[in-house]
Amino acid sequence: MTTTTAEIGGHAWEHAPIGGNYLNEGKGIKSWLFTLDHKRIGLMYLISGLTMFFIGGMLAMVIRTQLLVPNGLIFHGSYEAYKHYNQVFTLHGIIMVFMVLVPIPPGALGNFVLPLMIGAKDVAFPRLNLLSYYLYVTGAIMAVVSTLLGAVDTGWTFYTPFSIQTETYVVWMVLGIFLLGFSSILTGLNFIVTIHKLRAPGMKWFRMPVFVWASYATSIIQVAATPVLGVTLLLLVAERVMGVGIFNSALGGDPVLFQDFFWFYSHPAVYIMILPAMGIVGEIITVFSRKPIFGYKFIVMSSLAIALIGFVVWGHHLFVNGQSAEWDAIFSFMTFFVAVPSAVKVFNWLATMYKGAISLTTPMLYALSFIVLFTIGGFTGVILGALATNVVLHDTYFVVAHFHYVMMGGTIIAFIGGLHYWWPKMFGRMYNETLGRITCVMLFIGINLTFFPQFIVGAEGMPRRYATYLPQYQPYMIASTVGAYIQLAAFVLMAGYLIHSLVRGKKAAANPWGASTLDWSMASPPTTGNFQHMPVITQGPYHYEDMEYDGRLGGFVHVEPVPALAGVGSEH
Amino acid sequence: MSENAIATLTLASPEEVAGRHLAHHFDTPQQQFDSGKLGMWLFLGTEFLLFSGLFCAYAVYRMLHPQIFIYASRYLDPVSGALCTLVLVTSGFTMAWAIRCAQLGKRTGLIIALLLTIAGGFGFLVIHGYEYFEEYQQHLMWGTHYHPAVNAPRQQVVVAKSGAVGGSWSQLDQLGKQGYLVAHSNIAPAAIGPAGPALAQQPTASFTAASVTAAAAQPHNVQIFFGIYFLMTGLHSIHVIVGIILLTYLLVRAIRKDFGPGYYAPVDFIGLYWGVVDMIWMFLFPLLYLIH
Repeated sequence: MTTTTAEIGGHAWEHAPIGGNYLNEGKGIKSWLFTLDHKRIGLMYLISGLTMFFIGGMLAMVIRTQLLVPNGLIFHGSYEAYKHYNQVFTLHGIIMVFMVLVPIPPGALGNFVLPLMIGAKDVAFPRLNLLSYYLYVTGAIMAVVSTLLGAVDTGWTFYTPFSIQTETYVVWMVLGIFLLGFSSILTGLNFIVTIHKLRAPGMKWFRMPVFVWASYATSIIQVAATPVLGVTLLLLVAERVMGVGIFNSALGGDPVLFQDFFWFYSHPAVYIMILPAMGIVGEIITVFSRKPIFGYKFIVMSSLAIALIGFVVWGHHLFVNGQSAEWDAIFSFMTFFVAVPSAVKVFNWLATMYKGAISLTTPMLYALSFIVLFTIGGFTGVILGALATNVVLHDTYFVVAHFHYVMMGGTIIAFIGGLHYWWPKMFGRMYNETLGRITCVMLFIGINLTFFPQFIVGAEGMPRRYATYLPQYQPYMIASTVGAYIQLAAFVLMAGYLIHSLVRGKKAAANPWGASTLDWSMASPPTTGNFQHMPVITQGPYHYEDMEYDGRLGGFVHVEPVPALAGVGSEH
Repeated sequence: MSENAIATLTLASPEEVAGRHLAHHFDTPQQQFDSGKLGMWLFLGTEFLLFSGLFCAYAVYRMLHPQIFIYASRYLDPVSGALCTLVLVTSGFTMAWAIRCAQLGKRTGLIIALLLTIAGGFGFLVIHGYEYFEEYQQHLMWGTHYHPAVNAPRQQVVVAKSGAVGGSWSQLDQLGKQGYLVAHSNIAPAAIGPAGPALAQQPTASFTAASVTAAAAQPHNVQIFFGIYFLMTGLHSIHVIVGIILLTYLLVRAIRKDFGPGYYAPVDFIGLYWGVVDMIWMFLFPLLYLIH
């Protein structure tokens, strides 16, 4: 296979054989539907996930439009109308949590980037990877079917006893989510084995990029927590279909047990959502500060700490649900405790930027937005974790604002930042940088305008999940809705320039950002086998002194022979 | 056909066979095997976690309502449960034998061992299915389906048949005539419900109709036990059925001469799965059948 190396010193940044890359090697719809290539599967996850994100986002627009006036602009006047409102926010929650936030960061970016970062040709089990994608699609289709039959109106948490009594199609939805959970388990399992067994020669544990570590911690949670969600959902199905009575107090069961089971998964699940985001932000900040990441081992260990402590905080969802005072205190303490590793990360990112040569590119702007928004979301999480304030703020808009700052301002912002960061690698094209920055600023403003007023109305006592509200909250609600529309405009703009870049975008160099991790060491986009030569790694992931920008290529090149990435010849 | 051709056909070295099964993204067969094994163990870990929810529900309800579990567990037949255990343990042994045969390339042994393991799986399902059938007939079911015709657990029926109980138990006699109720157990009268400990100390002969009546006063919400029982054993039986399907797949491949010293990973991994299915039953049996 002929390769051309355009750089001085040679072997590190390779160009693909002319015209050949993973996107065009293998043509036709079948070559995509039955592909075992982790990059193509990642791309399919990306497209499916963005589709679900679009649907979930449109539902959010319906909710915000409804709340423009106190009596409700869309659904008002009858029990049926309010039930439709319940269905809308339930679907919004289910789609965003189970079909976007949990599966897409690992499924799309993790799948694409993780094997590249550790020097592997693919994930450990490519067929399982494809199965995992199809389970995701099947689960999503079942959710759509249940929506058409009779959309669920329980909220995304499916709390008993209402989820047993409601006449909507809970069973379909729950079985769909069971499949989504299975998909998530298989992805996590695949990543753990890949990281353990498929690292390139010399890729020691502490030479892995922080995104790989974050994915590893995420995978641990996926594997260890999701089965419990699975059995919980099966129990709920048994409850509805067979009337088994485990969660039904009329039959001697305990509805609160459902809440414990549910949050045993669903609290760790929020760390499934946020950990990959933290990994992405780590990568972006070190690259665009031109400085090795500060406190690498602390960042690594804090990911694992978040994963482990995250398993013992679920009770903070049950402070007002009849949990004993002793357990309340323990869970409250553990909730404060899990804030520590998150703070360790934030301080390390700030220290990485300190005296760095910061360039405010689009991905970097997203990373900075993440730090601000996640910090607001994190601190308000501590407020909610405190017992006394929790009792007051429980089930108010304060909670809604808090988790939207973390999920939207945290996970989604970091994911979009990562998408911009790896876009040149994925598609071999550059997007319009100016529009990228404008969009990021719009999103930052939109998110704050949407969710900050909700802190205020929540603190004043406005309950969540209601289709109507008292007139005194209307100014805040209008601001919130305007913010949501700004976000929508930003996403439309983003879709425009990203799609435009696929057709008209400038061709991307192998390493346009000057990153030192392995995922930038091959041509953009990569070939199907990822590496022309098996890389051998001799140093840590972040080192910027040995590369400089080459204007002719539009990317960075090595300025001296690099011991880190010496090829080991063509016999591999 | 020349001697040479036969020799090359049959004497492909284990290394060659292993190389043929090596996927493109692995460097060595060893790396591939280790990856598969780690993946399998992780998957089995998730299987334990799947059951852990049910074990947790069991623990919660048993802690809150011990009398329900003590009372209701008497309905289950320990002999049948023990038979299930024996069958599964034996099939675990034949599975281990099958793995060994695959590693040594003994095809006939592999096929026999797999057949025996599959038979064990079916045997388990038949015995357990019969138990389900009995329970169904007596309406010993979950939730609202729980309304047994007679408020008396199995061992009391045995007592009744042994003649120590007087007249008013015609219902019990009727059930006794159906055969299966009195067929399995010689266990002494059980410690039943709140009145249990006192009863347990009485010899069988002095067991009076009055004391049986007192014992038969069942605690509230017995259906919770049966809900948990059917969920746990049902989920386990589904795993046994999946196991049988996987074993049949192995059998087909074994007949096709796929396995040998160079390539036996599927036998090894599915063997691990079967071992875990066995092991989960080892927990279920005492937790459900042997409550004192």
